[in-house]
Amino acid sequence: MLTITALTKRYDTGDLALDNVTLTVPAGQVLALIGPSGAGKSTLIRCVNRLVEPTSGSIQLDGKDITRVRGKALREARRQIGMIFQSHALVERLSVMENVLSGRLAYIGFWRSYFRRFPATDIRQSFTLLERVGLDTMIDKRGDALSGGQKQRVGIARALIQNPKLLLVDEPTASLDPKTSRQIMRLICELCAEQNLATIINIHDVALAQQFVHRVVGLRAGAVVYDGPPEGLTPEILTTIYGEEDWTATQKHDDDAPQDGARDMAAAVLGGHP
Amino acid sequence: MSGVSANAVKNGAPQVDPLRLAAAKKGHWRPLPMISSKALRWGINGAALVYLVLVYYSVDINWARVAQGMNRALNFVGSFFTPDFVTRGGEIAVGLRESLTMAFVATVLGIALAIPVGLGAARNIAPRPVYFFCRGIIAVSRTFQEIIIAILFVAMFGFGPLAGVFTLAFATIGFMAKLLAEDIEDAQREPMEAIRATGASWVQWIAYAVQPQVMPRLIGLSLYRLDINFRESAVIGIVGAGGIGATLNTSISRYDYDTSAAVLLLIIGIVLMSEYLSGYVRRWTA
Repeated sequence: MLTITALTKRYDTGDLALDNVTLTVPAGQVLALIGPSGAGKSTLIRCVNRLVEPTSGSIQLDGKDITRVRGKALREARRQIGMIFQSHALVERLSVMENVLSGRLAYIGFWRSYFRRFPATDIRQSFTLLERVGLDTMIDKRGDALSGGQKQRVGIARALIQNPKLLLVDEPTASLDPKTSRQIMRLICELCAEQNLATIINIHDVALAQQFVHRVVGLRAGAVVYDGPPEGLTPEILTTIYGEEDWTATQKHDDDAPQDGARDMAAAVLGGHP
Repeated sequence: MSGVSANAVKNGAPQVDPLRLAAAKKGHWRPLPMISSKALRWGINGAALVYLVLVYYSVDINWARVAQGMNRALNFVGSFFTPDFVTRGGEIAVGLRESLTMAFVATVLGIALAIPVGLGAARNIAPRPVYFFCRGIIAVSRTFQEIIIAILFVAMFGFGPLAGVFTLAFATIGFMAKLLAEDIEDAQREPMEAIRATGASWVQWIAYAVQPQVMPRLIGLSLYRLDINFRESAVIGIVGAGGIGATLNTSISRYDYDTSAAVLLLIIGIVLMSEYLSGYVRRWTA
């Protein structure tokens, strides 16, 4: 699905953000990208959809090289890649519906989008997605009227309405409380499983990552230092990724037992506990 | 005050005077002075005082002439109590209508031209060469005062409101484009990134990520500029660019201060109305 080969990014300031990263993500896999601040996690996913221009290496989506595409080809590549942002990145003065439908911009022309004349199928899909994330009664609410967790769900719907093949998720839970964080992570992972999406999630919270993902990649100073199952994250490996620290508390982390899980899911879907 | 605290924490750990600490312990504390050297502090104060005295003696004030002029000024102010709306009522009405028309047309035209320039002058969305070009347009438009532009346009198009409209539109471009560009530069980056990531085209990106963020300020500024353009139309009328300014100028040169007062009162009234209107519209578009 996504093949990254020898990807390197050096910023104009001279900082080497990514150092020869090679990574393959098959469809349906949820991959967590962990690492300390400044390790290049954000740069990596931004290189994939070319919000950041890679210095060298290649990125292939479904066998098609998108490392150097421009103009229309770039926009076509981007619409196959959904992205969910750290601080939700909604356009706060647009309504919930407009925010979700903005995920369809690459599929329609300028004037239709300018006058908000979206095809009925798009509107139907948008509504279904909003129902799925529990916000269907809020279609006309403005973005800035929502809580943090609700905004993040609108962001998820906006990414999914692109009908992407690949989902990039940048610190989805950084500005959310622990409970909402779990709801959001669960929602993302479920939706990815349903639509068989390849997914890369940047995440700080190692315990949260371990709980939800299939595979963990550890970055340190722009280079991959771990690539394996979440169970494989031993204290030694966490030390290689993050540096010396006492990891025992991170290891036995189970404050979100399964019986709680069902309730949280219901809350997430119903939009409760914003 | 901010200067004071900045001084206190300069270079990391400040050198704390043990006497100050002891005094603070007993409840005596004054903020650190901005200039620590006592001699320099009083020296600057003294220099300022000396400068003021010198300024007073260097300005040549002819008190006899002031007394004479005071009389004339009082006449002018006095006429505000007896404004004459009627004698030149027809001229005033024509002038006002012309000014309002000029202000409105110039604002619409100016904003239509200012939007592309403003987009180009926003560092975060425009490529470098476009940025410098558009900033250049803004600089040229803002450098020249309305009166100077009006004189140029009156020479080009002859006396009358056409020159006025072009003058005000030209001034509007610089004003609106600059403030719009600054608002775009202050827009939140993340939503802009998010819309770009959906694969939207450039114009769609502007319409969905930029326009919603800058619209309230754009509307507020437009109304403010309409207000400015109306006021300016009174000034540029004096150099022959039509509008209420021409009426005002005529009445002043005829020493017909009652009519001048009527015109000025009407201008104040209209500006006041636009003040309330823009306050209302801004609340509504927030």
